[in-house]
Amino acid sequence: MSSVPFKDKLETFELNLGPQHPATHGVLRVVLTMDGEYIYDAEPVIGYIHRMHEKMGENRTWAQFLPNLGRLDYLSALSYNLGYVQLVEKMMHIEVPERAEYIRVITTEINRIASHLVWLGAFVMDLGGFTPLLYAFDDREEILDLLEAVTGSRLTYCYFRFGGCYNDVDDDFLQGCLKFCKRFYNRIDMYHKLVTGNIIFRQRMEGIGPIDADMCRRYGATGAQLRGAGVNYDVRKNEPYSVYPEMDFDIPVYTECDSMARYMVRMDEMVQSLRIIEQAVAKIPEGPVKAAKVPKMIKPAPGDYYHAVEAGRGTFAIRAVSDGKNKAYRMKLRSPTYSNISLFREASRGMLLSDALAMMGSLDLVIPDIDR
Amino acid sequence: MDRSDVIQKLRSLAAEGMPDEPEEVAAPPVEEEGEEDAKAKKKKAAPEPRKNGLLEVSHAEKGVHVDVQLNADQVVAAAEIVSAAGMAIDAITGVDWMKDKEMEVIYDYCYYGDYSTEDGKAFRIVVRSRIPREEATIPTISHIFQGANWHERETFEFFDINFSGHPELKRLLLPEDVDFFPLRKDFKGL
Repeated sequence: MSSVPFKDKLETFELNLGPQHPATHGVLRVVLTMDGEYIYDAEPVIGYIHRMHEKMGENRTWAQFLPNLGRLDYLSALSYNLGYVQLVEKMMHIEVPERAEYIRVITTEINRIASHLVWLGAFVMDLGGFTPLLYAFDDREEILDLLEAVTGSRLTYCYFRFGGCYNDVDDDFLQGCLKFCKRFYNRIDMYHKLVTGNIIFRQRMEGIGPIDADMCRRYGATGAQLRGAGVNYDVRKNEPYSVYPEMDFDIPVYTECDSMARYMVRMDEMVQSLRIIEQAVAKIPEGPVKAAKVPKMIKPAPGDYYHAVEAGRGTFAIRAVSDGKNKAYRMKLRSPTYSNISLFREASRGMLLSDALAMMGSLDLVIPDIDR
Repeated sequence: MDRSDVIQKLRSLAAEGMPDEPEEVAAPPVEEEGEEDAKAKKKKAAPEPRKNGLLEVSHAEKGVHVDVQLNADQVVAAAEIVSAAGMAIDAITGVDWMKDKEMEVIYDYCYYGDYSTEDGKAFRIVVRSRIPREEATIPTISHIFQGANWHERETFEFFDINFSGHPELKRLLLPEDVDFFPLRKDFKGL
């Protein structure tokens, strides 16, 4: 927290940031109470694109709800798909063939890279650098082409099914992934030369926007916020699911708690995702991609169930309450960005407006994920 | 973090809130029944409402490790226990049990441990409390976990559950002027 001494509140003025503002990455509004250039209070006003996915979860069957998941955080839709199908598989005790698990890991990880690339481009653009966005989207385009070939869509994927995947992947896809990995190692080096080392960039990032581990704990913030605050926590490691335990990868952790730490976490995460993809492509077994027996009618036993996965922006979790019918009785979607932005008010107090916007960029907001 | 200590504290907290149990009546001798009869009986008997208390449940099956049901006035004490143990707030939500005329408020807590250590294994606690459905009121925990502020506002606007002591219990995701609570089971659309 900054030590700027505040004058009387009477000397402040109100400023509306958004809901239509490039730095808010969508329809987020922040009501700022400013003391000159310093933020006295910043209240995020959310809900502009609230669609009540939780109610939709209650009035359609378990299978019908599947496409909704890709519309929460549309940038890392496959992680959300994965969380939901795994929850239903947990409730219904469906065994997933190994090949399907590998396909899930490969596609989810490559989707994670695409998601981080959008963040990278948009984030650097927030800080005034337009070029990296074009480079990032160039890389992202390669991923979208790969994923389009197997999933049929370029953005709001709905590829996983209860008990497996919609269809098998071919050699072109697997080889394409390896080709992308090879290319992307070089591109990451280029990004580091282009962006990370830039002195203007570093001066706007280092030591600015402190979010420490205790704040993350009190607000439930996860993802790069938490790992940039020195906590070695990732659901893929702490609560392993799918075939992640068989992969050799590290969780990048930085202890600085500033915007730069969060930037570095995401940059390193992309490299770790490449490692996972390479191993998974090498290890992927032959076999079916759908479970032999999946009940046509999904009617989970009454009770409530919880499942968490590591999405692009942190922990995505679902708490589903079943009453034994073919529709959920309650479907709580715990989205990571919601918790991440809720700490903005406390974290931004006393900051310069321009620094607060840099910090907001480092939170990697996806508004549909906040509003659900 | 000492997990067994947290579990022990929550267990004794749950025990405090339990009504004094009547003297146990000796169970009637089990009569031999045909399998068919037993099945029919089982189907007819409505499931007993869950009593307050702590259950250690299978993480592989349920996704959580500890499941505690408490009285409404004990959720703050429970939040203090998990907060003191260094756990994080994950989510707060409600469930409308219209048939039982009850609202359930569910608090999810998790532990941000370092995965590379023995201490860092996943640990999830769910605390739940049932309150009467009409004029549902439960104390806020937003002074312990600041992140609960938004979760409680969301639960309020979806279920009409009043979090007493909340600093600004106003609508969050819905427009300010709505007069309905969409996740209540008697909400029939507009």
